[in-house]
Amino acid sequence: MGVGIEVSNLNAWYGTNHTLQEINLNIPANHATALIGPSGCGKSTFVRCINRMHETNPIARVTGKVLIGDLDIYADAKPVEIRRRVGMVFQRPNPFPTMSIYDNVAAGLKLNGYTNRRALDEIVEKSLKNSALWDEVKDNLRKESGASLSGGQQQRLCIARALAVDPEVLLMDEPASALDPVSTSKIEDLIFQLKSQYTIVIVTHNMQQAARVAEKTGFFLNGRMVEFDTTHKIFTNPSDKRTEDYITGRFG
Amino acid sequence: MLVVAPLVAIFIYLVYRGASSLNLDFFIQVPKPVGEAGGGMANAIAGSAILLAVGSLIGVPVGIAGGIFLAEFGRGTKLANAVRFTADVLNGVPSIVMGIAIYSLIVVPQGHFSAFSGGVALGIMMIPTVCRTTEEMLLMVPNAVREAALALGVPNWRSVLAITVKTASPGIITGCMLAFARVAGETAPLIFTAFGNVGWSERLDEPIAALPLQIYVYALSPYDDWHRLAWAGSLVLIVLIVLAVSLVRFVTSRGVLKGAS
Repeated sequence: MGVGIEVSNLNAWYGTNHTLQEINLNIPANHATALIGPSGCGKSTFVRCINRMHETNPIARVTGKVLIGDLDIYADAKPVEIRRRVGMVFQRPNPFPTMSIYDNVAAGLKLNGYTNRRALDEIVEKSLKNSALWDEVKDNLRKESGASLSGGQQQRLCIARALAVDPEVLLMDEPASALDPVSTSKIEDLIFQLKSQYTIVIVTHNMQQAARVAEKTGFFLNGRMVEFDTTHKIFTNPSDKRTEDYITGRFG
Repeated sequence: MLVVAPLVAIFIYLVYRGASSLNLDFFIQVPKPVGEAGGGMANAIAGSAILLAVGSLIGVPVGIAGGIFLAEFGRGTKLANAVRFTADVLNGVPSIVMGIAIYSLIVVPQGHFSAFSGGVALGIMMIPTVCRTTEEMLLMVPNAVREAALALGVPNWRSVLAITVKTASPGIITGCMLAFARVAGETAPLIFTAFGNVGWSERLDEPIAALPLQIYVYALSPYDDWHRLAWAGSLVLIVLIVLAVSLVRFVTSRGVLKGAS
């Protein structure tokens, strides 16, 4: 089951570039939350701070507090532990090119020392079913490489890979921006199904997508969060002028 | 065409000059004294195999470890720059100098020529090639693949070994084969180390024969039948290198998945 995320006074830098400034935000458990905003506004940096991927860049720095459930991730846990609880799906599908479909899904568990083969088989099947890929790949699980799938299938494979480690939170950084409309709608259907079991945070450029999948939406601009409210309110009656300008297409 | 032509030309000429002297004796007999007909290079073939095995045991692991350090752990550090510079300089050291260096560092203190010292010389010559190709192949692995592993909660060292190195492994293996093929034909570093041996030896602490050495000695000799053996030896050396490289390629290409790049 998913857990809520509480972010307070979060600041992040790349070198001297202050990319996130004083973010305060409560993301509800077992819902989909969309983050919208123009390119470079800090929304990707924000999700990378939630699983501590931000700090894998040597010039990156972060301050503030992020609670996942009741775990203070910057004070009480190691990055690897957090990343097992907070899965991530990237903008471009990035399956491990030398691994089979099966091994791609099992990678997170195997590389963390999980060896029970029968349980692994079950987890792989369940994860692929959860990501709506099972029927398309079940006959070639071990024969075919993850890289031989189509772009949309690869992205669902990456979702299965993230689900296999049984995370509580699923971060999606523009998961459909590199995909065609059919694949995109499959991913959106998937988000719809998954959000009852996981807390989903999805970064998107596509405002219709945010409107379709998310209950709550946050609008980022120049490293600050301008507005955070129900998706309905953001798209019909935003409180901030800048949000209104953005969603009506006046800039960005 | 221009790439293939020299290899084909060399090969055809070697077959023309050497094939007639190739027979079973060549592969199973040791050299006969001057004046006696026949004899072979079995000792040199075995010697080369032993020297290359010792060389690969040193050059491949050290080179790969160095390459991993350069590409994954030491990126941008002073130590990495020093290692990279050293590898490049080492790559430029003439092979005869390598032979003399190993002679004074191992042969002189031990008091005798040995297969071991020859293997060390070849191994050290392999390091820079293996190291730099490993580094370059690892740098070609997209960062997205590293991030994918890290985002699953895999510790960095494990992600490097199990994901990044594995993804780059075809290129790394090619680099190792390149280094192997290059030192397989080296003569100069062996003159002062392995020294050569007219008899059979499989001991690491004794002088040992090697194909390039034997070819060198035979080609310089005044005897016609030794010349013929030298040609045959050259042909065998080339064929063995091609075989070894193909074998490694074959073994490592099996089990590769459909669609994997």
